[in-house]
Amino acid sequence: MAEKKTESMNLVQEIFLYFLAGIRRTLLRFKKRKKIKEILTVYYMEAKSARISGRKVAWITSGGPVEPLIAMDVIPVYPENHGAMIGASKMGTDLCETSESMGYSTDLCSYARSDIACATVNGGPIGGLPRPDMLVCCNNICGTVLKWYEVQARYFNVPLFIFDTPFCHTGFSEEVRRYVRRQLDEYVLFLEEACGKKMDHERLSNVGKLSLEAQRLWQAVLDTTVNRPAPMSAFDAFYHLALIVTLRETREAVDYYSRLLERMNDRVARGIGAIPDEKHRLLWDNIPIWHRTRWLSEKFASHNACLVADTYTSAWCGSMKYIDENNFFDSMAEAYTRIYLNIGVDEMARMVLAMVDKYNVDGIVMHSNRSCKPYSLGQYDIAKIVEKERGIPSLIIEADMVDERSFSESQVATRIDAFMEMIKAMRQ
Amino acid sequence: MTRLEEFYEILKDPAAYGRKLKGEGRRKIVGYFCSYTPEEIIYAAGAHHFRLFGTGEAVHLADAHFQAYCCSLVRGALEGALAGHLGFLDGAVFPHTCDSIQRLSDVWRMNVKGPFHLDVVLPVKLDTDSAKAYMSDVLHKFRSDLESRLNITIGKEAMQDAIRVFNRIRGYLGRLYEIKAEHPGTISGSDLHTIIKASMIMSRDRLLEILPDIVTDLEKKKGQGDKPSGKRLVMTGGICNHPDIYRIIEEAGGVVVGDDFCTGSRYFEGITEIKDDPVAAIAERYMIRPPCPAKHAGLFTRAGHLVDIVREKRAQGVVFFFLKFCDPHAFDYPYLKASLDREEIPSIMVEVEDQLPSEGQLRTRFETFIEML
Ligand code: SF4
Ligand code: SF4
Ligand code: SF4
Repeated sequence: MAEKKTESMNLVQEIFLYFLAGIRRTLLRFKKRKKIKEILTVYYMEAKSARISGRKVAWITSGGPVEPLIAMDVIPVYPENHGAMIGASKMGTDLCETSESMGYSTDLCSYARSDIACATVNGGPIGGLPRPDMLVCCNNICGTVLKWYEVQARYFNVPLFIFDTPFCHTGFSEEVRRYVRRQLDEYVLFLEEACGKKMDHERLSNVGKLSLEAQRLWQAVLDTTVNRPAPMSAFDAFYHLALIVTLRETREAVDYYSRLLERMNDRVARGIGAIPDEKHRLLWDNIPIWHRTRWLSEKFASHNACLVADTYTSAWCGSMKYIDENNFFDSMAEAYTRIYLNIGVDEMARMVLAMVDKYNVDGIVMHSNRSCKPYSLGQYDIAKIVEKERGIPSLIIEADMVDERSFSESQVATRIDAFMEMIKAMRQ
Repeated sequence: MTRLEEFYEILKDPAAYGRKLKGEGRRKIVGYFCSYTPEEIIYAAGAHHFRLFGTGEAVHLADAHFQAYCCSLVRGALEGALAGHLGFLDGAVFPHTCDSIQRLSDVWRMNVKGPFHLDVVLPVKLDTDSAKAYMSDVLHKFRSDLESRLNITIGKEAMQDAIRVFNRIRGYLGRLYEIKAEHPGTISGSDLHTIIKASMIMSRDRLLEILPDIVTDLEKKKGQGDKPSGKRLVMTGGICNHPDIYRIIEEAGGVVVGDDFCTGSRYFEGITEIKDDPVAAIAERYMIRPPCPAKHAGLFTRAGHLVDIVREKRAQGVVFFFLKFCDPHAFDYPYLKASLDREEIPSIMVEVEDQLPSEGQLRTRFETFIEML
């Protein structure tokens, strides 16, 4: 009985959300300077009222092939983006504790832990994610997502598609290409079955074009920080990133980033920097410490240091070079396999070196993120390579992107101060 | 030296044994991690495969490469290599499983000088046709990589012979486990563990000389003068590097009659068929072998397998034995435990870093658990 009641309450809520989403979308259409928050709100409202609009919802990993979902009218939802929101709203520690009481170890990825907990209590900043009709897990970022999506597939009892992108220690082989390419066909079949209709390949190729356009624009936005002073910082990029993660294949994202690019170019032309007096330029490595982004940004600004670039936000456009615009579908195999985290530490180091040169940085700030082993294990070697090749020092900050319990503000502050003193001394 | 002492001797200082083998100069020595290493191919290449475990020593050198939140197996293995204990290796093989092993391979390749380094990037799924085809492709590639590194060709007969050798070894190890389950008093838990673990290191030809005798001896001994054996337990986890745990469990009134470990039944379960394409046959075994949690073979496969072992071995409880910071196993724990709870099978979870927690503390926990059974 109680269950029935909540069920009908949910339905009322969803109908309400559905109409509200419609109104807000219309209003948004007339607005010239849309804010990311407004766009995301409409997106989540639509996703949460998907049952009313008759659309399906798929949960997908951040690096997963989303374009086929869009071409099938499925609403993609990103638990990792949700994890970032949980972290930024400082609700992570509570949810992590809930997952621990469910038997999950504190050493596991905190995106996974908070999402697994959130699904059972509908907590977090947006009251939980909409229930999935299917799960799409691509392991190009880590092995954690495989385990996490298995947990959710058991919990929600929905079909799980695993898009397996073998790790590229030293290169990309023909066997891998064949295997991943075959899985693209399996993926389409999976979606056709789940949605009860055929894939429209022309539509898919158009979605692919839009996605590529958004990625190009995003890279162009990030590129504006080669200027001195940088018109925006990595902390701004963490904020603007949300659309490239969740809505990269939409006209909205393309419009948003076009305007953002104009704005940044304008700031460059007028010599306006992200911080008042940019003296030192730094590179950020790893996922943001979501619960401390403002604090960190202010802390570095107090030393006149601007984090001008990062390895994280550029990961969403790092494998653009493998995309063939005229054969989007086939080229997805390579593009989705050779992304930043799915390559060897030495290749990652080469990419970091290239960023050091491109953005002309004086130092690297590495977030040693106990949640994320594929991103963090190997950082020490990257730091050593950069030090050796370019004479540039690194600061390692021990933390966790969501779980605040692994963060000691005073300790980190002391280390940042010492590091900045060193950078200042080096420049004299 | 008795046969058992020979196993203990090897495990006391595996590196010394490795150097000795190397000195004999008959086979190139290839270090490997993980039970998904295609040992038949290495053996058929005329090389010797040598399982690398953590050193168990304090980690200093590896600290410069890996954070403290990396599992002790990975940190310990790198420590051993950086400390120069593994100079006898002619190469190393890294099957892809978890995120930590994946990065170990990179850091090893970049920092440990050795003649060759091979990655075997297995599929993560084990339950689709395309994954099966890819698994076979990867193993074929491994074979040709090995051929070029060792400058030899591996013929079909050599492969089939190797498969026979390993089927026999696995058969004997499996038989030892059966004897243990039938008459737990016949062989102690730590002796059995030592045999299994040493068998991943010692010369496989020598192993095949002694295993049959050990099995025959135990067949004779079984049933006679059985020590009063304790409550029957099954252990599950990744690898177990701690022979003492068996003694502690036995002293607390339990006896381990089966496991789902890579230093246990996952290592020897499943026979490889003799086929026209021997490499494809090895791939097939990997697709059906009890899976590692870093692989996907269905949503309920591991729980089903665990419950089956408990039933088959007539066990009364389960010990989860995990290495701290081991993600794949930690993720499976709540669901495995829930599956056991549903079947009313009690369980206990022990997590270790590189050393066991204090013996007194462990003993008390086991005593309480075993009493409750
Ligand atoms: S382990 Fe790292 S890459 Fe994987 S989900 Fe967690 S944060 Fe993301
Ligand atoms: S638990 Fe997995 S990774 Fe570890 S040895 Fe076994 S198969 Fe390999
Ligand atoms: S499976 Fe676990 S114990 Fe084995 S290497 Fe990976 S993290 Fe370490």
